[in-house]
Amino acid sequence: MKYLKETPSQTAGPYVHIGLAPRAAGFDIFKQELGRDIAGPNAKGERIRVEGCVYDGTGAPIKDVLIEAWQANADGHYAHPEDGREIEDGFRGWGRVITDFDTGHWGFDTIKPGATPGRNGTTQAPHINLWIVARGINLGLNTRMYFSDEDNSTDPVLNLIEQSHRRQTLIATRSQGDKGVTYRFDIRIQGPDETVFLDI
Amino acid sequence: MKPAEYYMRDRLHHPPAKSENYKTSVTRSPQYALLSLENSLSEITGPVFSHSDIDPLDNDLLKNYSHGGDPIGERIIVHGRVLDENARPVPNTLVEIWQANAGGRYRHKKDTYLAPIDPNFGGCGRTMTDADGYYYFRTVKPGAYPWRNWVNNWRPAHIHFSIFGAAFAQRLITQLYFEGDPLIAKCPIVQTVPDAGAIEQLVAKLDMNASVPLDSIAYRFDIVLRGRRSTLFENRLEGN
Ligand SMILES: [Fe+3]
Repeated sequence: MKYLKETPSQTAGPYVHIGLAPRAAGFDIFKQELGRDIAGPNAKGERIRVEGCVYDGTGAPIKDVLIEAWQANADGHYAHPEDGREIEDGFRGWGRVITDFDTGHWGFDTIKPGATPGRNGTTQAPHINLWIVARGINLGLNTRMYFSDEDNSTDPVLNLIEQSHRRQTLIATRSQGDKGVTYRFDIRIQGPDETVFLDI
Repeated sequence: MKPAEYYMRDRLHHPPAKSENYKTSVTRSPQYALLSLENSLSEITGPVFSHSDIDPLDNDLLKNYSHGGDPIGERIIVHGRVLDENARPVPNTLVEIWQANAGGRYRHKKDTYLAPIDPNFGGCGRTMTDADGYYYFRTVKPGAYPWRNWVNNWRPAHIHFSIFGAAFAQRLITQLYFEGDPLIAKCPIVQTVPDAGAIEQLVAKLDMNASVPLDSIAYRFDIVLRGRRSTLFENRLEGN
């Protein structure tokens, strides 16, 4: 059997914004930039904001990172033909987020996803799938963000993490402010408190 | 279609996270092993795009940022197919590109290289593959540019590519290089890829037959995304 080999990855580089978020690069070219609205206007569920910072191995914020988010709706359905279950009009579940060039902070608005089916009849706790690219990252990093106010104790992916204290690196902290509910999710690329990254 | 898993990513075919000669990777590479997951619904699904997301002109970088003229530089066509590891086309998938202008300068507020900005060149484009996985861009050949790594490092002419596929597990960002460029062998970013055959996959080939006589020269660049099993295994991945 003859298979092709996957095209090797190369870093997104420092100017990833030109292609994927040109307004951040400093110019306007497309009639619409993609990934700005994750849930759409008709989404059910709790409106939330997710914020954080990505830190490098020295503890410095990474200011040129780009993150993509992929999530289910409030019922735990993905907007994809291989899920096939019902989804609200305008719900894509995908977003593209960049950091502030000066501070490295990022944030996006969405709805809180529901639990999704896992393998072999298990249930996965609500989570948002994340993909991180930047200058210096040779192959995009996959991780997941879970929610501090959910019962994550039986999640099949969290329970695969052998060093149980590292599970905390995937759990975002909920806070209630005057502007609504915010989850804080910091990502640490390298070091003793490094985020758990996934080979999916 | 019944859900089925994607083939394991061959990480020996990709650059390692940490490559000493690409200095920025040293502090931006995880030091612990990745947690390997068997695919669930979260990985075999991914965003779906349609033609209404983009504009027909988005794949023409000669015209999509025109301010009264064409950009300066060699007019080229970059085209090819997006396939999976089973050599099947990946249809209706979003392909996005970005690049420097013919002088090696990016239209980016953080790029301070002394080569001039081209008033008629934005440097980005996007398109959807057709039913056969085919895509097509028209642009100018980007220039080489210097970058801070070792004191005299130059990037070979390259175009950045972002490809989605049908699943979040297939997501890929890579770079296209041009056949015959002597800088390819000297670039610490290219050379993060450990395998010579794998690097060859990143080199677009001159394609005279697809060139437009007296107008544009063509390069062919086929892209391969992860393939997937055609059958379910007993260890079932259940959708609902
Ligand atoms: Fe570049």
